[in-house]
Formats: sequence, structure tokens, C-alpha cells
Amino acid sequence: MMSWLPENVSTYGGQIDGLFYFIYYLTGAAFLLVHVALIAFIFLYRGGDSRRAVYSHGNTTLEIIWTVIPAIIFVALGIYSKPRWDNVKRFLPPSNHQVRVTAKQFNWDVQYPGPDNQFDTGDDVTLENDLNVPVNTVIHVHLRSKDVIHSFFVPQFRLKQDALPGREIVAWFEVTKPGKYEMPCAELCGFGHSGMKGWVTVHTPADYDTWSHERWPQANAAAAPGSTAQGHG
Amino acid sequence: MSTPIVADAHSEHAHEHHVGFIRHYVFSTDHKMIGRQFFFTSLFMMVIGGLMAMMMRHELAWPEEPMPFISWIGEPFVFADADKGLGYGAFGPEFYNSLFTMHATIMIFFVVMPMMVGAFGNFLIPLMIGARDMAFPVLNMLSYWVFFVGTLVMLAGFFVPGGHAAAGWTAYTPLSSVPEYTGVGWGQNLWCLSLIIVGASSMMGSINYITTVVNMRAPGMSWFRIPLVIWSLWITAILLLLALPVLTSALAMVFLDRVVGTSFFKSLSGGEPILWQHLFWFFGHPEVYVLVLPAMGVTSEILSTFSRKPIFGYHAMAYSMISIAFLSWVVWGHHMFLSGMNPVLGNAFMISTMVIAVPSAIKTFNWLGTIWGGNLRFSAPMINALAFVSTFTIGGLSGIFMASTPVDIYIHDTYYIVAHFHYVVAGIIFAMFAAIYYWFPKMYGRRMNESVAIAHSLLTFVFFNMTFFPMHILGVGGHMRRIYNPMQYDFLHDLQGINVFITYSAFALGLTQLLFVGNLFASLFAGKRATNNPWEANTLEWSLPSPPGHGNWPGPLPVVHRGPYEYSSPEVAEDYLPQDRDLGPGVHAAHA
Repeated sequence: MMSWLPENVSTYGGQIDGLFYFIYYLTGAAFLLVHVALIAFIFLYRGGDSRRAVYSHGNTTLEIIWTVIPAIIFVALGIYSKPRWDNVKRFLPPSNHQVRVTAKQFNWDVQYPGPDNQFDTGDDVTLENDLNVPVNTVIHVHLRSKDVIHSFFVPQFRLKQDALPGREIVAWFEVTKPGKYEMPCAELCGFGHSGMKGWVTVHTPADYDTWSHERWPQANAAAAPGSTAQGHG
Repeated sequence: MSTPIVADAHSEHAHEHHVGFIRHYVFSTDHKMIGRQFFFTSLFMMVIGGLMAMMMRHELAWPEEPMPFISWIGEPFVFADADKGLGYGAFGPEFYNSLFTMHATIMIFFVVMPMMVGAFGNFLIPLMIGARDMAFPVLNMLSYWVFFVGTLVMLAGFFVPGGHAAAGWTAYTPLSSVPEYTGVGWGQNLWCLSLIIVGASSMMGSINYITTVVNMRAPGMSWFRIPLVIWSLWITAILLLLALPVLTSALAMVFLDRVVGTSFFKSLSGGEPILWQHLFWFFGHPEVYVLVLPAMGVTSEILSTFSRKPIFGYHAMAYSMISIAFLSWVVWGHHMFLSGMNPVLGNAFMISTMVIAVPSAIKTFNWLGTIWGGNLRFSAPMINALAFVSTFTIGGLSGIFMASTPVDIYIHDTYYIVAHFHYVVAGIIFAMFAAIYYWFPKMYGRRMNESVAIAHSLLTFVFFNMTFFPMHILGVGGHMRRIYNPMQYDFLHDLQGINVFITYSAFALGLTQLLFVGNLFASLFAGKRATNNPWEANTLEWSLPSPPGHGNWPGPLPVVHRGPYEYSSPEVAEDYLPQDRDLGPGVHAAHA
């Protein structure tokens, strides 16, 4: 089943996939345990007139064992999961490469701060459904919504975050492979929900410099936000 | 031992011919008739909910292609197709959104709840604890008729301009609370009103169930002699009593936002969109256990009876349900990991969610312990109970993926979730079929055809898995839920073959149910007459005629001498020992 996972291209996606595989094997083993027992009992204890069922109300030792072992496994799994969650959602790695994504029915407005790296100034550029970022750089996505709740989802980045009206939520990612990745909305947002999507273009450093130079020709390419010199160190 | 006053009042005139047709079949205060009313209402609604699922599956396999038999729905929802002629049309995304919203709403509030809690709760509680009726029979009648009105209000939503609610059964605000965002007008308003009305009906039922179980148990029916299905229904009633006011308040807030212009959920005027999710899931997670606990109770009952063996670990089974009743109040945030709530809370809700998985694991192992060493009889109820154990195991295990917050980042809002909750909630259909096949003789006095029932059970199990298991794969591939046309996404093109496979399986699953419907109605009128105790079971209802008359016990109330699961007891030659059989003078003199 796991071969159906789309290719992972983000720095933290590997941690999520690793945990996915771990739970897959753990639950796979539990599934087999229960179903082998179920099928075996169905065959072993199928009815017969000459037999009489065992008269037993249970076994306290067994019950304690199969209460305590799952309890330990589940809680340990929670503790094991926590740092990976914190890494994606709680601790924001520093970066001065930021972009504001405002969701609305049924598009993603992508606002670039321009060479001054400040939002809502004269050099801002807003593109619809078109997010451009350099490879190997931590990107801060300032998520907003104009109307209803949307959800920013890039399957290959293993990133999903709801966008809420009235709030700004900062999500982050760092991509390790240049390319074009689909950016669908994952939360029902109205009749146009299906088909609400954009593209993330992950550029090589050279391509990204070219792209930002085309956007902001008057600015010095080296000072453009998110050029590789300022990127993730 | 004193008997409750209400029960005595009934015993004096246990004659059905005293009441007319209306009092007997329509405005009946008899818990058994009310149970039958819930039974048929939820079967009717299941047909509607099931057909909606078929329409969705057609759309997902062949997006935007015309569908047979739906042109009567008419514009603006279904567009006529001139080439295909009469009876063909394709529907748009607005209608699709209504379909999945209403499929879920109907299946949860109008099928599983009225069937498991309404029909079997009403029918079984007095019979299995040894009471002549519910504590408040008139309130019980009201509970059904209020539910009936709620059902009509919900169905009316299909006929108003703008169509029915289309914001998902979860109705996330502000999509649901601002009409312009969906284009749906009174559909969503009626949706809110209907659920408030149906909630009131459930409150009446809950009060009745709780009171009846606490006060009206037969002599000798101590708490730990109560059958597990009654334990499950009692805990369900407590959960409903505490959870429904929260839903009702939240629904009223959405209704006021829409109609009066308040702004509970509008961020622009100071409201908070995410508040709805907290309120909804504070109700919603206990609600999941409201749906599944009775199914667990039914399964325990049937596995023990058809294994001819006592339930394994009765006390653990009862205590695990009690612990679920407590824990289910502190896990709601696991529906909201990515909602924008503080991610620190994600950690707390992850741990509490991991803990609530433990009681479910205990139940599964105890079910295995019950069939271990048994003398299994593979009748239709048993096959369905075993199927429930299997699907519940899969649904429980797939839940561990999304309990783990980092994995949930990826699979949240994908078909993995759809697969998970269908294994848990749609898997309840096996407990439902188990219950119907098991108690049908007691409810209607006739047997269902066993061969057809077994064929139906096995085919349902096969097609159920063929329908819902591949949804895990779609989810792993990133396929979002609630999308109208998967072909709009490049990364989903390779998965479309799976969608087509699921659709064919779902059609087969739907067609298989004709076996059930045919068997049910044929048996209702022409089935073999049922004896009092066709399954050789121990609980009190099997000591009565099938069906039991008004007031249930023609003579004095039964006296309970033992627990409900004394199968293959060394005390008797047969392999069952009914709860009310007196084995000898002097042994239970205190209760005589």
C-alpha cells in the first residue's frame, strides 16, 4: 500500500513517511494477529453436536496483559510522534524568505513581498495560484483566508494547514528537489472546492534568480528576497 | 422486592384488544411498537442514504458524465443531456456537495442512531431487564413522533430553492453560517432545525433509557447481571444526554447567524469560525461512541450466544465501556489537528486519543477470548457479528495513523479518513444486520429465511471490503475527500482506476441489499412462526412469547437468578441456562 505515497520532496516529509511506515508495520502485525486468531478459532471451534464449549468466564492475567501492552505501545507511539509534529507545526525555523498566501473562493492569491521583504508595500507582486520558491530554502507561508476555511495542501511536501478567516497562520517548508507541484485546497470551501488548486514551482537557485529578476527588474538580484545567499544556512 | 409503580399499572390490563388501531400502531405507548416504528423509519432512510452514495460513486468513477434515472431531479442541479434522451443527465458540484452532506447526515442521524438506539434500545431495554415498559411511556411515544417530525423537516430540505445543505455533515463555519458562501438558502436552515428537533427526540429517549435501567430492573437483576447490550445502550444514553445540548446550542448559533444576523462565527464582525469546530466535535466524538457502543453490545451478546460460551471478561467489557464514556470527552481535538488551533494542544489530544484506543483493543481481544474454545454456530447473526469484529479491527487500527499527529498532517481530509470512518461507522451495519437477524423472531414472531440471510451476510462482507478498503490506497495517494471531480488534479490521474473499481464494488454492495429487503418483507408476512427461544439464548426476552404481548410478562415479573452468559454451564445438561430459570428451592429464596 505504501508504494502509493507520492514522492516526498520536503526536508521533514521523510520523518512523516518514516512514522507512516512504522505505524503501517505495527498495525499490520496487529491486524494479522487478530485475523489469524479469528480465522483459526472459526475453523478450530466450529460447531459439533458431540462437543461442549469450554465453560470459562475469562482469565484475569491474560486480560491484564492485553490491556497493559497496547496501552504502553499506544502511549509510546504518541511520545515518539511528538517531536516530528513539533518540528513541522510548533517550531518555525528562522528564514527571511516569506510569502503570503490568501485563500478565497476558489483561488490561492500568492503575495510576494518584493525586494524590501515587507508585505503591503509598493513593490509587492500578487500572482494567482502560482507560488514560486527556491530549492533548499526554508519558506514561511503566511496563510490567510478572505471568506471560508480552506486548507493549504501540497501532497509531495507532506504539508497541510487550514487557512482561517480572521487569522494568520504561518506554515513552513523546505523543498529539496526542483519541479512543479500541485497545490490543492483540502477543506470543503463551496461549490468550486473541487478544482481549487494552484502550482508550486520550486526553482534551482539560478532559475529563481532569473525569475525574481524578471519580476523586479529594478532591484539588485542579490538583494531579492529569498535569493540563495539569504536562504537556509 | 418491590416492583415499580409504572410496571404494576400495566400488568392489570395486559390485553391488546382494548386499544384501537391508532393507539396500537400509530400513537402507541408500547415500547415494542415504538421500537418497530423507529425500525421502519430508519430502513426507509437507509434506502435514501444508500442511493445517494450510489450517485456519488457514479460521479467519482465517471466525472461529469450523464447518469441514468436522475433527470427528474431537474435544473439547476441536473442538466438534461439532449443526446442521451429521456432519463439522462449530469449533475453539477452544488448537487454533489448536497449529496455527501446529506448522505452522512441521513446515515448518522436517521439510520444508525434510530436503528441501534431508537429501534433496538426501545425494544430490548424493558425486555432484557425484566420491565413491563419504559419508565415514561408517553414520553417514549413523543420521542418517536418528534423524531418523525424532524425527519419530515430534513426531507423537506430537498425541495426548497437552492437545494439542501451543502456544507458537509460537519457544517464548518463560516461556510455553513453565511448563505452566500454555498448559495444554499433554506436547505441549510432546515438542516439546523431538523437536527435540533431530532436532538430533542434523542434527549427524551435518553432520559427514558437511563431512568428505566436504573429503576425498573426485575428482582435479582443486579448491575453486573445486566446483558452487555443494555450496558452499552445505557452508557450511550448518558453520552447523548450530555453531548446533545452542546450540538443543539451550536446549531442554534448557526441558525441565528444565518437568519437573524448574529455573528457568532463571522470573523469580520468579531466572531470566531473555529468555535464551531470545538462545539461540534465536543458533541461529535462522544457521538461516534453513541454510534458504535450499541454495536459493540450487540456483538458481545451474539458472540457469546452463538459460541455457546460465557462472554470472556464480562467486567472488563463493562468497565471498558465506562472508561470510553469518560475518555470520549477529552479527545475531540484530534479532529482539529490542522484547524489552526494551537499545535501544543495537538500533542495533548494525541496522547488522550492513544489512550482511548485501549478500551477498544480490550474489547476486541475479549471477543476473541469469547469464541476461543467455543462450540460455534454459524447462523446469520453470528456471521455478521464476526464480520463486525473484523471490520472494527481494521477501522480501529487505521485510526492509529491519524491519531499520530505527524501522519495526520498528510492523511487529514483525504480518502484515508473516509476509509477509516466507513470501517468504523458503516461497519456498524454488520452489527445492525446481526441484531436484525437475531431479534427479528422476537420482534415480529416469524423467522427470516436463513439461507438467504447467510448469502446476504457473506456477500455484504465481501463487497463492503471491496468498496472501502481501496479507499485507504486513494488516501495514501493524496486523494482529497469531498471533491466532485478527481480528474481535475494531475496527481490523481493514476488513481482513477481505483475509483472505478470502488464504484463497481459499491453498486454490488447496494444490489446485495435487495436480498435483505426481499427477505425482510417476505419473512414479515410469510416467515416460519418463531418459537419463544429459537437461538437457545439466556436473556429474559427469550422466555416470552414471540412477539411478547402488551406489558411483556403475562404473569408476575421474572426473577433473575444469574448473569446473562451462563452457556455450557456444568450445572445443567443443556448448553444454556436462562437468567430466570430457578434451579431449586432455597437457593434464591431471598428473591422469591
